[in-house]
Amino acid sequence: MTAIQINSVEKSYKAFKALKGVSLTIEQGEFFGLLGPNGAGKTTLISTIAGLIRPDVGSVQIHGHDVVTDFREARKKLGVVPQELVFDPFFTVRETLRLQSGYFGIKNNDKWIDEVMENLDLTNKADVNMRALSGGMKRRVLVAQALVHKPPVIVLDEPTAGVDVELRQTLWKFISRLNREGGHTVVLTTHYLEEAQAMCQRVAMLKSGQVVALDTMSALLRRVSGSQLIVHLKSGSLPDDLRHLVSHDEHRDSNGSGSGNKYSLRVNDYAEVEPILARLRESGAVIDEMQLQQADLEDIFIQIMEKGAL
Amino acid sequence: MSFVSVGFRTLFYKEMLRFWKVATQTIAAPILTAMLYLLIFGHVLEGRVEVYPGVSYTAFLVPGLVMMSVLQNAFANASSSLIQSKITGNLVFILLPPLSHWEILLAYVAASVVRGLAVGAGVFAITAWFAHLSFAAPLWIIVFAIMGAAILGTLGVIAGIWADKFDQLAAFQNFLIMPATFLAGVFYSIHSLPAFWQAVSHFNPFFYMIDGFRHGFFGQSDISPWTSLAIVSAFFAVLAAVAINLLRGGYKLRH
Repeated sequence: MTAIQINSVEKSYKAFKALKGVSLTIEQGEFFGLLGPNGAGKTTLISTIAGLIRPDVGSVQIHGHDVVTDFREARKKLGVVPQELVFDPFFTVRETLRLQSGYFGIKNNDKWIDEVMENLDLTNKADVNMRALSGGMKRRVLVAQALVHKPPVIVLDEPTAGVDVELRQTLWKFISRLNREGGHTVVLTTHYLEEAQAMCQRVAMLKSGQVVALDTMSALLRRVSGSQLIVHLKSGSLPDDLRHLVSHDEHRDSNGSGSGNKYSLRVNDYAEVEPILARLRESGAVIDEMQLQQADLEDIFIQIMEKGAL
Repeated sequence: MSFVSVGFRTLFYKEMLRFWKVATQTIAAPILTAMLYLLIFGHVLEGRVEVYPGVSYTAFLVPGLVMMSVLQNAFANASSSLIQSKITGNLVFILLPPLSHWEILLAYVAASVVRGLAVGAGVFAITAWFAHLSFAAPLWIIVFAIMGAAILGTLGVIAGIWADKFDQLAAFQNFLIMPATFLAGVFYSIHSLPAFWQAVSHFNPFFYMIDGFRHGFFGQSDISPWTSLAIVSAFFAVLAAVAINLLRGGYKLRH
């Protein structure tokens, strides 16, 4: 079943085009990452999914319900954690969650509200006014508000921005359980790429309002060739016949500026490491430190954002 | 029925809870203000002005002050709630759920009516001690109090949606609501005005609300309460249509 269908969505603010024909299909049960630098259009896209922004062109459906023409059914299926740390200062945590539950047409929802609060470590703050909570606690309440109607599709717009490690762990444990055991679809935007790499099965990368990469996490990681062999030479220098392996940034350093004796070399598999080390020995270079680093999502992200594609 | 849905009831309850939690500011303060008006104007003008035969000026003033309090507080409730939610960003809690446009409008207006009537009842309970009042047609009192509060609640929704900051809302209140209320015959009968201003007053919908409300007390008014009811109802219908279209179109709410 398709959880979210985004069809050629375009959105402009005067002359600025925030979204330039974005199309995506996210299936029910997926843990999906939406990545991109600031200003790429992630929040605009999420706001369009949530019905907070109306697209100029194109459409969005949640479980087959259009977010504009059939908004009531679409919104029942959707829980959104907004990026901004917003709260209503008049109410306690429990009142806030009861009200949010009622807006979704659910009465007598205390059992689930208690469970959500328990899972987000909010139970001992239940009767505390929202104003008295720390930023991290307010963030937890925002997450709880998005989950209060048990939506099959959960959208989290940078839920861990500026929060401590404890909340991150609590949050991801709970969201992962909802995804794994409850089959909830999760769409996540984050600047913490290690989080996306750990959590997401599939990723879309946005740049200047366009999707520039869309693939499973494993396929994306495979796209970057192998690993990086980082060598720090105590003496000697890199032989000329190894210079073609030097990755882009380090190459500039090795030709004069920068640290000079630290090199980052691309290797496709472990079998290529020994010949490189042998060649360094032959040239008289002495290795001070050495490290074999797997390519991660950050490498892919940087390459895609620099080059537009891999 | 959508207007008794859980969504509507919850938003209505939330709006009630919001003003109740700051009742000193939202209920007690306007009651005190109205009492001061009565003490000052009543003291200065009592015995000098007789608007209706056999009705003292203070007795004439009480219904006007009650209605003015109802109207101003009904407007303040919806408008201040919306502008605060817009500025702090928590309006998103209303915009994300599957609430219909009607549920949102009716909940804000109903809560405004409750606050308006609560303040009006408080003003009446205190000011009635200072004058001998009659209740010639109590049904008109109830009808015009509810209609007036509903109209101002709807105007509050429109102003709250339109305004981007507090001073815009204050301008709406100070340059539109306040003059229209004061010039609608709270402190005088329009028959005491020159002919030109009498004619101008007939274009002020607030005049019909206050005049019809006062008819409920004294059984006499500047114009027939039926005419006032027709005009007030038409005004309400126009404002409700404007408000619902703003909500449906997402004006300044959904970009």
